[in-house]
Amino acid sequence: MSDLRELYQQVILDHHKRPKNFRRIDEANHTAQGFNPLCGDKISLYLVLDGDVVRDVAFEGSGCAISTASASMMTEALKGKKVEEIEAIFHVFHELVMGNTEPDPDSLGKLAVFAGVREFPLRVKCATLAWHTMMAALQGKTETVATE
Amino acid sequence: MKGLSQAAGTDRHVPVSGFDVHTIRRDFPALQQLVHGKPLVYLDNAATTQKPQSVIDALVRFYTADCANIHRGVHELSERATRAYEGTRSRIRKFLGAAEDREIIFVRGATEGINLVAQSFGRSKVRLGDEVVISALEHHSNIVPWQILCQETGARLRVAPIDRRGEIIMEEYFGLLGPRTRLVALSHVSNALGTVNTVGPMIQAAHAHGAVALIDGAQAVPHMRVDVRALDCDFYVLSGHKMYGPTGVGILYGKARLLEEMPPYQGGGDMISSVTFEKTLYNRIPYKFEAGTPNIAAGIALGAAADYLERTGMEAIAAHENDLLRHATESLAAVKGLQILGTAGEKAGVLSFTLDGIHPHDVGTILDREGIAIRTGHHCAQPVMDFYGVPATARASLSFYNTREEIDALVRGLHKVVEVFH
Repeated sequence: MSDLRELYQQVILDHHKRPKNFRRIDEANHTAQGFNPLCGDKISLYLVLDGDVVRDVAFEGSGCAISTASASMMTEALKGKKVEEIEAIFHVFHELVMGNTEPDPDSLGKLAVFAGVREFPLRVKCATLAWHTMMAALQGKTETVATE
Repeated sequence: MKGLSQAAGTDRHVPVSGFDVHTIRRDFPALQQLVHGKPLVYLDNAATTQKPQSVIDALVRFYTADCANIHRGVHELSERATRAYEGTRSRIRKFLGAAEDREIIFVRGATEGINLVAQSFGRSKVRLGDEVVISALEHHSNIVPWQILCQETGARLRVAPIDRRGEIIMEEYFGLLGPRTRLVALSHVSNALGTVNTVGPMIQAAHAHGAVALIDGAQAVPHMRVDVRALDCDFYVLSGHKMYGPTGVGILYGKARLLEEMPPYQGGGDMISSVTFEKTLYNRIPYKFEAGTPNIAAGIALGAAADYLERTGMEAIAAHENDLLRHATESLAAVKGLQILGTAGEKAGVLSFTLDGIHPHDVGTILDREGIAIRTGHHCAQPVMDFYGVPATARASLSFYNTREEIDALVRGLHKVVEVFH
């Protein structure tokens, strides 16, 4: 059970049960849709960008514990950040869940709890769906982001 | 070296005197392994089944000793390969209760069988304003080929609805049939819910309206005795790998009268009797529909799979699987927050379920760490998921090599899932 506990950490389970920023933003100026055909996870992402600073970010949708917690914690981490900072965080996060780097709490903060995903390659897509959708929103892409 | 057609009987299991699951399990090498340090509990049989040693031996024997192309060579190896391959055709003809070998066509799988009928029968017989009837239970492979046909021809696709138990509503189905109905395509057993459809009367009703009936038997043939003449279906398709044979081979049964009228599906070798640049004469059935060198090894090994099922006995298989299904249905119902989707009166060994507040994908990951293989997702039946208003389910699907102890391991695994999440 140890690697399962590593994957399903309490903070992840808490965000799954009570996701933060789980709402629609009507005045969002950047939005995107994400879909994971493997498990049917769907996410709608809403961003309010003020210049290159994220003033507000929220999401709606349905998904597994990993994808819901990832979306929830991502929205918490991104508020007030600049676009270039977000791109840097996504890069570090992606390297972490792919198992390419060791968790570094200094650069990732709470997001380091997703290190457990490294042991479950089939779940990397769950952890990164919200992030890919967010990047698409920033880049103004209109087609649904699919992870397959 | 013995010719392939005589090859059989490498399994220790001789079930004449009764069905013993523990003896049977020894015939399946893949079942003997540990996964994440736990004995493998393989409950994803509706996706694909594990293979008995006799099927693996048939593949190895072909490539070791008898490898040659079929229907061509004058040499010994080609003769052996042809005899073994055509031997499978006869075995499958008997297995399905068909009248003639030429009604048995080798394809890549059930999906290709359906596409063959949609393209060959469909494009020559279905016209603007005609109707094709399917059910709301169908796998994507028995939806999309008909959608493509309807788009090309201007025909209309009609869908018979299901009720909450996952049974086709018969009055609605009968109500859809009419003078415009050209073809009905129905699953014999639903892969997502396990419903066994009462296809007999549905085929009769289609015939009464002058329509032909295709039955998708991919999920039926591994579980029950199928007799295409008793059913009186016009086409029946199956996949080799879901009936303990290799991947890459399947069968289309078709009534000879219909097959003879139908144009070829693909052009190439084996399907012609003579070619000039002015005119090509097509070969007789079944070869007219078998263009190109087929998956010979898989075709031969499919015969070994049919032999294995016959030796084990379809009646004994059905009885054991029904016992497992009853035990599993009762045991799963006791898991907190678990709902079974698909509660038809007659079911094959499929248990599709959801757990309150826990996504099926998380269920699948946690069970995998217990060595338990199930399927999670939409099972290529998104309309069924939409009907129940869920994005996905977890699905345990049974085989005759599963045991009551494995069902108990699944239940313990599900308690662990609940424990992780609460």
